[in-house]
Amino acid sequence: MGKTLFFDSTLRDGSHAIGHQLTTDQITVYCSQAEGAGLHTIIVGHGNGLGASSLQVGLSKTTDLEMLTAARRQLQQTRLGTFMIPGFGTIKENLAPALAAGVDLVCIGTHCTEADVTRQHIEFVREQGKEAYGVLMMYHMATPPKLLEEALKMQSYGALGVILMDSAGASLPEMVTTTVQTLVAGLQIPVGFHAHNNLSLAVANSYTAIKAGATIIDGTLRGLGAGAGNCQLEVLAGLLVKEQIETGLNLYQLMDVSEQVVTALMQKPQEITTISLISGMAGVFSAFAPHVKKAAERFGVDARDIFVELGRRKIIGGQEDFIVEVAMELAERKKDDNISYQLEALS
Amino acid sequence: MDKVKVGIIGTGNIGTDLLFKVLRSEILECGMFAGRNPDSEGIKRAQSMGVPTSCESIKAIEDNPNCCEIVFDATSAKVHQTNAPILAKLNKFAIDLTPSQIGKMCVPVLNGDECLSEKNINLITCGGQGSIPIAYAYMKVHPEIEYIEIVASIASKSAGPGTRANIDEFTQTTRDAIVAFTGVPRAKAIIILNPAEPPVIMRNTVYAQIPQPKIDLLKVEIAAIVKSVQQYVPGYKVTVEPVFENGRVTTTVEVVGLGDFLPKYSGNLDIITCGAVSIAEKYARYKILA
Repeated sequence: MGKTLFFDSTLRDGSHAIGHQLTTDQITVYCSQAEGAGLHTIIVGHGNGLGASSLQVGLSKTTDLEMLTAARRQLQQTRLGTFMIPGFGTIKENLAPALAAGVDLVCIGTHCTEADVTRQHIEFVREQGKEAYGVLMMYHMATPPKLLEEALKMQSYGALGVILMDSAGASLPEMVTTTVQTLVAGLQIPVGFHAHNNLSLAVANSYTAIKAGATIIDGTLRGLGAGAGNCQLEVLAGLLVKEQIETGLNLYQLMDVSEQVVTALMQKPQEITTISLISGMAGVFSAFAPHVKKAAERFGVDARDIFVELGRRKIIGGQEDFIVEVAMELAERKKDDNISYQLEALS
Repeated sequence: MDKVKVGIIGTGNIGTDLLFKVLRSEILECGMFAGRNPDSEGIKRAQSMGVPTSCESIKAIEDNPNCCEIVFDATSAKVHQTNAPILAKLNKFAIDLTPSQIGKMCVPVLNGDECLSEKNINLITCGGQGSIPIAYAYMKVHPEIEYIEIVASIASKSAGPGTRANIDEFTQTTRDAIVAFTGVPRAKAIIILNPAEPPVIMRNTVYAQIPQPKIDLLKVEIAAIVKSVQQYVPGYKVTVEPVFENGRVTTTVEVVGLGDFLPKYSGNLDIITCGAVSIAEKYARYKILA
């Protein structure tokens, strides 16, 4: 088994958990404390990546460049990473300035069937002499052969690895095994896994991914992340210690950062709420939760019904504008009859 | 009635959909349908319909300038860079459906008449055609708006390799056009490709932060401009009327395609071809036949 690389997305996916209100002070403290703990990369920025600060998914308190600059000052051994979804950010306006600010590594993400939109961006990052990884988001919506086909495209553009993102936390362990094995067998580059905890499987699925051959794990300290949160990195690290798998991580240091730094920036405990559970069952993007909650209150409907309907319509990440439409339709329907969604709709 | 001849360069999906629309027009007829590949489905189809065709692309029009007075360019931004000066020299009215950004940006409902005195007009992007009329209505009611954001979602099947390879240009061009047409100081465009089956219908959501929105007035202005757009894009309709929620005003429009050649879910392509044909008809009526 190859050595696992740990990508820390606490300051990226964690941004969703705190309404994109990260400050440069918080980033500075986090990066200075986590530096030297053996993490391969600390990924910093808006939850949906560069250029995503928007009314659609949430406005950032701090600009991308301010965040990256603050992190850059603290990181020496650990790479500074960032994330971008083409369609939100562009090379000219977001990616080039981020690289100029000192980013070492970029994860370029897209919905799992749309890899060809990442070509320009992966190629650009590699031409600039930086590391580029491809990210297939909402991977539960495509079959393993289809995912391999898309991952191969990213490999051909020059990606140094492909990370499967279980954006809805909808994966079961068997699915993780089959998909990771398919990619590992078909690719020449490392395969990674980014979990969400909607079904309380984030650590287990990440562990399963490693067993199936994944060599990149993307997670967060304390599990801080969208919806039910992510794979709690210090827990996975502890589990790997018990398994006597060498990680290169300083477990105590990560525990301290989790305990002292991450808890200080959390606005609420990172737990699996019922709407995160429904979101995982419905296979809807984890970061929809706060928007769904607001729409449910505004239009007087059950947040769970909104999630079920979004799942039925196969809404993907970035389509937050459907939430309002669905909530309004449900409110309209509610006037006629008071049926609630049946859970069979989720299977 | 006399008909005005048009040329179509580019025999792919867009070119073929244009051809179907031109053949139905009371005022336009197709004098040349030109591409580069003699084996293309588009060329074969056009031949079988009795339309003059050529595999010489722009050269077909250079060699026979009388074959048309108006030229639709449905090739690519790069090819249009070559075609634009040739068409200018031939004194043809060029309607560019590529994202080349060479000609004057045109949203028919807003500046269609102005565009008739140009020689090269550009249809921006589908997201631009779909969202700019709504953004314009927002600014008309609330000129104080400082930021407008649009989200265009398109069925994956309906986004061709050109759009995919140039997704950055799509977002930037759309954003620039929103600023240019509405005067809003800042704007942002987001594009999402959704692979769901059956394919999703093209939709555009327009957001603005307006602390105390005049929702009733917004509804009136939006209904009026949507009605005007429907004159040339019948499938353009509001699915979420302006609503104030979460500190922002949200409006969503959907575009169901006419289903001429492209499927109905390809409203993103239909809104461009419909706009192009409407401008060509106007030009024919007022600049040539008048």
